[in-house]
Order: sequence, then C-alpha cells, then structure tokens
Amino acid sequence: MPASIDELAPPGALAKYEPVIGLEVHVQLATATKIFCSCPTSFGAAPNSNVCPVCLGLPGALPVLSREAVELAVRAALALHCEVRPQSRFARKNYFYPDLPKGYQISQYDEPVAEHGWVEIQVNGESKRIGITRVHMEDDAGKSVHDGFRDSSRYSYVDLNRCGTPLIEIVSEPDMRSADEAYSYLTELKQVLQFVEVSTCDMEKGHLRCDANVSVRLKGAGEFGTKTEVKNVNSFRFVRLAIDHEISRQVAILESGGTIHQETRLYNVATGETVGMRSKEHAHDYRYFPEPDLVPLRISDAWMNRIRDSMAELPAEKRARFIADYGLREYDAQVLTQSRAAADFFETVARAAGDPRAAANWVIGDLSGLLNAEGKSIEESPVTAERLGELVRLIAKGELSNKLAKEVFAKMFSTGEAAAVIIEREGLKQISDTGALEAIIEQVLAANGKQVEQYRSGKTTVLGFLVGQVMKASRGQANPGAVNELLKAKLT
Amino acid sequence: MKLTEKDVRYVADLANLTLQPQEVTRMVTELGGILDYVEKLNELDTSDVPPMAQVLYPDDETATLRPDRQHTGLGSEVALANAPLSGAGHFKVPKVIER
Repeated sequence: MPASIDELAPPGALAKYEPVIGLEVHVQLATATKIFCSCPTSFGAAPNSNVCPVCLGLPGALPVLSREAVELAVRAALALHCEVRPQSRFARKNYFYPDLPKGYQISQYDEPVAEHGWVEIQVNGESKRIGITRVHMEDDAGKSVHDGFRDSSRYSYVDLNRCGTPLIEIVSEPDMRSADEAYSYLTELKQVLQFVEVSTCDMEKGHLRCDANVSVRLKGAGEFGTKTEVKNVNSFRFVRLAIDHEISRQVAILESGGTIHQETRLYNVATGETVGMRSKEHAHDYRYFPEPDLVPLRISDAWMNRIRDSMAELPAEKRARFIADYGLREYDAQVLTQSRAAADFFETVARAAGDPRAAANWVIGDLSGLLNAEGKSIEESPVTAERLGELVRLIAKGELSNKLAKEVFAKMFSTGEAAAVIIEREGLKQISDTGALEAIIEQVLAANGKQVEQYRSGKTTVLGFLVGQVMKASRGQANPGAVNELLKAKLT
Repeated sequence: MKLTEKDVRYVADLANLTLQPQEVTRMVTELGGILDYVEKLNELDTSDVPPMAQVLYPDDETATLRPDRQHTGLGSEVALANAPLSGAGHFKVPKVIER
C-alpha cells in the first residue's frame, strides 16, 4: 500500500535515527559495439534493427567478449582506485522476462573484474571516502513498452536493440549517511567516469542508472537496520528525493512499533513516494553459475599498465595541476574541472592567450555568462577556444582594452567570427599611436579649460575626469595607459 | 542428497513450469536418479583440484577478444520473422504486469 504523507515521520523522530545508504550504479560503456557481439550500440535506431543471433539469444549463438569493453571497465576501476583482479569470470544470472531473450543475463558474480576502491566526496567542507565494493561487467536487457499501443491492454511490446549493451555495475559500500551524501557521490562518480571517457553518462539515454539500498538505525546502534532497495531512479535529483522519502517512511514505521520488510520499492515521480513492488516468493534465486560459453577474463599487469598509461587525468589531479602550473585560484580550478569539456576548453584558451589567469576569468566570467543565458553547453560555444584565446592575447598585448574586448566578445558570440575580423570591420582597434592620441587630447583640453586650470593649480584628481573625456572622445578605443602618460606630460 | 517433492516444485516454479502431482512424483524419481549418478563424483578427493568451468587453458591475457568494429545486424524484418506475434517493429508478448 502506498505511504501517504501523514504516515511519514515527524522531524523530531528523524533526528533519532541515522540513515545508512549504499548505491548500485549501472553505467553504459562508451563502445561502438555490444559487449558480446558486433551489433551497434547506437541510441534511437528503429526497433529490433541492431540485433543478431547472439544478442537475440538464438540457439547455438556464442558470445565473444569485446576488448574495448574490458579496457573501459578496467579504466573505470582504476579511476575509482580499485584493485583489478588478474582473473575474473562471467556468470549467468537466470530469470525470465520478455526483454531478456537468452533467459539469463551474463554478469559477473564471485569474481568481478575489480574490487576495493573508493570515491572522495565533500561533506560540509570536509573530505569523506565512500568505499567501492566491486565493479563488474554485464550485458543490458532489451526494452519493454507497456503503454501507447492500441492493444497495450493485452500485449507488451519488446525492442531488443539494447540487449547486449555493455554495462558496468559499480556497487558502493553502505558508507553514505544522508541523501545529500548519495547525491554528492553520484555527482563525483559521474564526473570521474566522464573525465576518463568510460561513459558519456547521458542520463536521458539511460547511460547511468541508480538503485539505492536504504536502511535506518537508532543513532549509536552498531547493527544495520533492515534495508529496502529503491530501484531505477533516473535522475540524481530524484535519487535524493526518493532516499529522503524512504528514510522518512522507515522511521515512521519503526516509531510506530512496526518492522521494515526487505523488499524492492519503486519511486513514483508524480507522488514523490516509494511504493513496494509485488514480488514472487523466489524472485531472488538467480541460480548463478559460471558462464560456460566464455573463458575466464585474464588481465596481465602489462595490459593493465597500458590501460593506465592511456588514461586521462582525473578531476582532482587536474585541479592540482591548474593551481600549480597556471597559478589559478582554488575556486577557479574547481569550476574549470567540473567537466572534461570545460577543462579542455580552458587549456586551449590559456595556450592561445599566453595568460592563463586572464583565460580562466574569461571562461568562467563572460563566456559562461552568455552560455548560461542561452542554455548552451561549453561544447556548443559559438566562440571556439582558439578564438577566445586570441582575444585574450590582444588584451595582454595592449591592442584592446578590457572594455572594448567585452564588446568584441559579445559580437564574436553572436556571429561566431574571429576577434580580428570584428575589430577590423568595426574599427575597434585600440589607439596607442601617440600622434593620434595627442590630437584627441588637444581637443579635450581645449574644451575643458576649467579642469585644466584646476589641475595646474594642484587639484590633480581631475586627471581621472580628463582621461574619461579622452576615452569617450575616442569611443573607448584609446589605450588608457598611454592617455594617462600623455595627459600628464601635456599638463605640466 | 535426497531430492524431495518440495525441491522439485521449487525448481519447477523457477523454470516457469506447471507440473501435475503425478509429474512431480515422476520428477522426484528421474531427477533424483540423475543426481545420484553425478553424486558418484564425490567419491573422488578433489580438494587439491582447482574448480574449472571450461576446458581452455588460461593464458596471461584472454586471447579471445573482439575488436570494437560494427557489423550490420539482421535488421528487424529478419529478426521478427519467426516471432509468433509482432507489430510496429516490435515483438509482441502477452501483457507483462510486473518485473
């Protein structure tokens, strides 16, 4: 029976309990082909078009493991600080469902590809390590469509394109103590996996799916409470909401003298509640046994080292390097390593600009501002990293004032043109030429006789006003430093 | 190990099979006989023999891996050709209520 809001625990009761949370995350590996056959993994193909005897589970078809899938799984394991097993093996997990034509999932059971890792998250400004129990490889099932067809009341429709898509399942230790910690863990996990290009982690395409194991215990209690599993929540925000709801539901039951039943529950986005699934008595007897059609997976040290050497820098390493090599502030380094794309973009700008700190300011400031306003990602930026770098270099060389640069940048963003093209067309080049500046200064001095008098009688603060007038007369193009020098020389 | 009727019903349930009472009785005898036969292996001392799930010898690295190159699949027409029921490019199965 679904829990209604008044069955949830009051805040006072919640404070007596400590939640214990572990997460199981399924991640789709970024391979071109399926894990055990050469069918494409592309999303959005016509139903049942990317299939072959292997992924259809036709009699006699034999699986052959993808090298790329193994390498991506090992890469993920290394990025999550796991120990990679020299030998792992595949096992059959047996259950019946129409979108599983083989009648079993090929997974790993007693010998997963990697174990004993960790992910570091920030909790109230402090670092906390969340343990990774294991990483194992497996194939995905197909997709059942239960609604939307004329005869959906009588039939389910099955699309087997997704069958055999390579996945890793990352199982955490029950180390999280709040929904917020679970959210941070998922965010960090996603960032790491994207950085090392194990997965695109596109949530909308189901590349990252999460099941949460949740229990509560009285604060100070040694033993874990009975856990429930909240299944298949498809966004990080919903994971947080679902866990919070589940914690509250369990506390309410315990407070009223009830007991928690170990069960699988589904989160209902519309109601914000978790609802128990009707389950068969023996639903969890999967009768695992070693997959006889596949040899054990053996990964030599040499192979593992090759994979390690080919791996991109992790976010934390990149942050440290940005601070040490480019002299960035901690905060800027943090912002620029939110994604691999942002970090790569910044480094290209910095190289072209020759001024990393200015490059960082432009990427975090003006560029992000305009991108956010248009709801674009950095990959979609109309201004390429090279072109932004050129713009920043023009400022560093004194050919463009900051003010003009902002104007030029806005035009670059709307037209996609190079800075030099816009500067040339609009005549926005900074005026540093002494002759040209002197002509403007003469005009300004002639028009502002009163201020000239004041300056000469000792009120030197009017210099700022006069500089401003020159800038205005030059439509902002005069080089402010040069104007300052020339004005002082003229006035004395 | 003595196979019981309860064991037979449990395994039948996992296999989505509905057995008549007389079939259960028969299965106890037949499956029991097979198990007794395999049980003979326990007469051997295998404590020093590592478990083996397949017969290929292990190398340092698994040699039988595929490159990540796509082939053209069967296409939906062929894939669905033997389906008892299909529609809109999908396999159609009697309504599945729960997972």
